[in-house]
Amino acid sequence: MESKILKFENFSAGYGNLLVLKNINLEIFEKKITAIMGPSGCGKTTLIRCINRMHELNKEAFHKGDIFLNDKSIFEMNPVFLRRKIGMVFQKPNPFPHLSIYENVLAGYIINGIKLKREEKDKIVEDCLKKVALWEEVKDKLYLKGTQLSGGQQQRLCIARSLALNPEIILLDEPTSSLDPKSTVEIENLLEKLKDNVTIIIVTHNISQASRIADYVAFLYLGELIEYGKSEKIFTAPENPKTEEYLSGKFG
Amino acid sequence: MSFEKIYKRIIAIGGVLIIGLLLSIFITLFINSSISIKKFGFSFLINKTWDPVFENFGAFPFIVGTLLTSIISLIISIPFSLSVSLFIGEYYKDTIFSKIFETFIEILAVIPSVVFGLWGLFYLAPIVRNLQIKFSLPPTGVSVFTASLVLSIMIIPYTISVGKEVIKLIPTDLKEAAFSFGATHYEVIKKIILPYAKSGIIAGFLLSFGRAIGETMAVTMVIGNVNTIPRSIFLPGNTIASVIANEFLEAITKIHISALIELALILFVITFILNLIANNIIKKVV
Repeated sequence: MESKILKFENFSAGYGNLLVLKNINLEIFEKKITAIMGPSGCGKTTLIRCINRMHELNKEAFHKGDIFLNDKSIFEMNPVFLRRKIGMVFQKPNPFPHLSIYENVLAGYIINGIKLKREEKDKIVEDCLKKVALWEEVKDKLYLKGTQLSGGQQQRLCIARSLALNPEIILLDEPTSSLDPKSTVEIENLLEKLKDNVTIIIVTHNISQASRIADYVAFLYLGELIEYGKSEKIFTAPENPKTEEYLSGKFG
Repeated sequence: MSFEKIYKRIIAIGGVLIIGLLLSIFITLFINSSISIKKFGFSFLINKTWDPVFENFGAFPFIVGTLLTSIISLIISIPFSLSVSLFIGEYYKDTIFSKIFETFIEILAVIPSVVFGLWGLFYLAPIVRNLQIKFSLPPTGVSVFTASLVLSIMIIPYTISVGKEVIKLIPTDLKEAAFSFGATHYEVIKKIILPYAKSGIIAGFLLSFGRAIGETMAVTMVIGNVNTIPRSIFLPGNTIASVIANEFLEAITKIHISALIELALILFVITFILNLIANNIIKKVV
């Protein structure tokens, strides 16, 4: 039996007068890949930004309802500690340009002012870069700036950076949308390996990507959760006609 | 000739004229200071005496005075300009608050320097006089420190105008990446914004520094115009710019005039180089 790590309960969110997410009820399973799909503007990004409370950084943001992480409401937690438990990878690779590859992996520690011994640092950097299959490519040039790598390598560096704080969940917001097909495949393979240790929630535009890697798929349309279930089921026998229309490419 | 070609030519002439103007100012200064350059040579820069009566001229007291006032004013202004830059460029970015602030700061930059000078003379000098009495120094009111205070206010807009722009330029996704690690706003500023905007902010300081070095009117009014190296910053002194403004009318001998022009040449070269460096840094950042 799969255990639940995250639970949305009657959750709505938006900005100013705009309601983006409408009464979402959703349970995310531990150590699985859950893909959030749907056409542009359906609230995918807002949904994952609520999970680590990044949504609140916008001054006009609001939310109703609740999200539970391991049965504890995230809105009762200190957002600083919550965010350390939840890694995030963005659409465009965004390594810190003033930090080296080595420092970029440790960015979570550096920014939070957590002091580490030299050996601990070396170990974290090596482990995380191995996890994202970047170690062999960069082990001799760790002092280079993170921005000197190729796009695909930068994105893997950003995934390594999000893994360094040992998160329970990592959120990926269309992580391959700016990458070439080869780098995309590399990242997909990587995510499949990573799910042994961490829960992965990925927003994606790309239907075939979701079918390749996701265990569970949530289909959002105009802020509502239209359908959610095991990936095989959604892709072979969707219950809702809207889901079928989207998957068959009638809109999107 | 087509209109297009005439138009292009006019623009080109304008550009060449500007460069020519700059060059001709430099050449004029150089030619007219030749008497002084020949007579004093390099020692002009390190000679501590400026004596029109015995025709012994050295720029050292003014170089010291200029560096002192500029550096002190920069140090005083840094905390203010940095926090206002963060206020406008980060905390209240693109809000009505920051628009109002920016307008006021721009106004600060266009106030004529003689107004700053008068204000310094009537308002700041008495305050400095009280300080001087406390330190049992001659209560002149006007001093290197008074000039630095006035200068620090005058250069704040220059630092801010560059600082706020480079802070605004920092990509949102970098800040968000830092927030996603659980950073607080203060940590984002300290670990991401300031390191990223560092060179731009330094360029702003350099521009301000160049401005402070060349500022004449306000400084002349409150520095006390004494041609020796000030033993304390609470004593009167003179800067390169202020001694030129003070003495060019009463300079009669050729060598005195030539020495003043050599001071102008030094000022020209220093500010030119400072601006060149600052603009190069800004170009790289923006």
